[in-house]
Amino acid sequence: MKRVSLVVTLAAAAALSAQAASAQTLKTVKDRGMLSCGVSQGLPGFSSPDDKGNWTGLDVDICRAIAAAIFNDASKIKFVPLSAKDRFTALQSGEIDVLSRNTTWTLSRDTSLGANFTGVTYYDGQGFLVKKSLKVNSALELNSASVCVQTGTTTEQNLADYFKGNNMKYEVIAFATADETVKAYESGRCDVFTSDVSQLYAERLKVANPAEHVVLPEVISKEPLGPMVRHGDDQWFDVVKWTLYGMVGAEELGMTQKNIDEMVKSDKPEVKRAVGTDGNLGEQLGLTKDWLVRIVKAVGNYGESFERNVGSGSKLGIARGLNNLWSKGGIQYAPPIR
Amino acid sequence: MAIDPRKPPSQLLPRLQRALGGRAGWSGFVLQLLFVAALAWISYEIVANARANLQAQRITAGFGFLANNAGFDVSQSLIPYSGSDPYTRVFVVGLLNTLLVSVIGIFFATVIGFLVALGRLSPNWLLSRISGGYVELIRNLPLLFQILFWYLAVLAALPNPRQSVSIFDAIFLSNRGLVIPKPIGQAGFEPFVVALLVAIVASIVLWRYARRQLYQSGRLIKVWPYALGMIIGLPLLSVLIFGAPVTFEVPVLRGFNFAGGSRLIPEFVALTLALSTYTAAFIAEIVRAGILSVHKGQMEAGSSLGLQRGSVLRLIVIPQALRVILPPLTNQYLNLTKNSSLAVAIGYPDLVSVFAGTTLSQTGQAIEIIGITMGVYLLISLVTSAIMSFYGWRISRSMGG
Repeated sequence: MKRVSLVVTLAAAAALSAQAASAQTLKTVKDRGMLSCGVSQGLPGFSSPDDKGNWTGLDVDICRAIAAAIFNDASKIKFVPLSAKDRFTALQSGEIDVLSRNTTWTLSRDTSLGANFTGVTYYDGQGFLVKKSLKVNSALELNSASVCVQTGTTTEQNLADYFKGNNMKYEVIAFATADETVKAYESGRCDVFTSDVSQLYAERLKVANPAEHVVLPEVISKEPLGPMVRHGDDQWFDVVKWTLYGMVGAEELGMTQKNIDEMVKSDKPEVKRAVGTDGNLGEQLGLTKDWLVRIVKAVGNYGESFERNVGSGSKLGIARGLNNLWSKGGIQYAPPIR
Repeated sequence: MAIDPRKPPSQLLPRLQRALGGRAGWSGFVLQLLFVAALAWISYEIVANARANLQAQRITAGFGFLANNAGFDVSQSLIPYSGSDPYTRVFVVGLLNTLLVSVIGIFFATVIGFLVALGRLSPNWLLSRISGGYVELIRNLPLLFQILFWYLAVLAALPNPRQSVSIFDAIFLSNRGLVIPKPIGQAGFEPFVVALLVAIVASIVLWRYARRQLYQSGRLIKVWPYALGMIIGLPLLSVLIFGAPVTFEVPVLRGFNFAGGSRLIPEFVALTLALSTYTAAFIAEIVRAGILSVHKGQMEAGSSLGLQRGSVLRLIVIPQALRVILPPLTNQYLNLTKNSSLAVAIGYPDLVSVFAGTTLSQTGQAIEIIGITMGVYLLISLVTSAIMSFYGWRISRSMGG
């Protein structure tokens, strides 16, 4: 019941808070001295707390980058863990300034929730995790299977579409949290656990013997994950959007956590614009000239953050794939910083 | 000369004044009116403000979403349902699942509760200690924990479908639930039902006749052999004449799961078990208190008439105890219904799970959906207490009290 009462409170707050929407979020955040960032309840690689309570992950890095750009201090953040169900209400009510919680960008979410997606932090797709002992090699062999799924996600609809489209029967059991879903899958209640592929890799780390489970090759949907902000505050929308583009742009320009101090002295025109030694791009965003330097110093460029959290430098070991730069075979692409 | 009796002064106005204004008279009435007006104004402001803010934030509002396709599937549904049905149907599916688990839970909770209460009051030392232990153990552990216990510790420990426990290769028990053959109606179905109904009605008439005979002349007629004979005999006759009423579709293991047959999903079983055993512990205490509230002399008087212990309880003690039992029993029924929303923890598709859960997050219309859900729970609770009040009223009337 706790979950429901939270929704009620948030919904009531959303309806009653007089100026939540039109408020100047950037000013509010600066005055508060703290960024309020909505994250997951623990998804390794994207947003999860370690044993000391420090949040890490790709989604967390977006928030850290925003805080670094504003305060020059990536620790001035309050992380608000949210279930899939509560996340939008928390954003609408103004409890959080930005939602960075592996959320799929869809048309209806972009239009009906009073919120906007600012970009894509991770190009994902829905897949299936099964036990190796079932000897299943393709999702098309899953006829009559029981499928565990987390409720409150686009996953449930994709699942229905996929099985219907392929004339297969299935039984769906939907749980409220990812942990409950994985537990039911592990106990044998379901043959299959379905979710975004990145999440399957992350959750696989939580089961008793990860090597006995395998992610099937089929990817049945497009799941572009990205941060969200409220409608009606274009300046804040720009700040969050360009934080992500800044990280991608930094990777394109070869700015890394290690070489950033030398890059500041660079005389390449495009680098000079990015680091703020030429022009005032940062100030146009409502930030400082060295906004991108602050971001790269705090979390590194997009590629560094990716490798550290979900890529080769992490336990997940996910290949860059679609999330590589457009110039390297992927589709991550930032508009020019100029 | 006759004196006309003076007409009594009209009581209408003072009565109205007292009813509306209480002891303070008309000024009290004005104050109350102001209070109601203020309340109405505040509610109006809340609604208007919410509407304005939702519009300003460009959050979709209204109930139009209910006609849209749901696009997701549900593991248990009492009515035909597919992903291409609208959200209204999802709502009905969830509501029926909530009602199903509540009604069955209430039934078992009441039966177990009464048995445990009687056990606790029994002169048998062992029985009363076991019943006491049951109550203390069950009512002192959190319900959510018990639901998870039944689901994750007991039912999940069952073997997978391929190694399921089978009885005659027709009934299968596995971690996917209990699968039993499904009856499918045949030509002989209607005569069979008619025969059964006739037998039941005849038995009831016979029983009432026997009871009247007992009260009027003290003659005891044994009814049950005739009733049993009719209830078995008449349908059997129908089968012989019109053929079998149903054939059974036997479940077979196909792929990952059983195909055909009817299935009781483990989520339902775990939830019903947990809700009924948990609530039964409270009902047991309520029933025990009710029985103890009946004066000991009643029991002794019954015994001295030569009635057996069971008859004394059934005919004398429990009817009197019911007056004490009913109000708190109603509370327990309401609690059980509301507690069924914990289903969401184990993936049972109840109203909260499919409507205030999946539907909410797919449409994002939290205010409307939570509003509807709260209204429905309120309605279920009010109907339940109305039924219980009616029952209580009948009991007190039949006892002349």
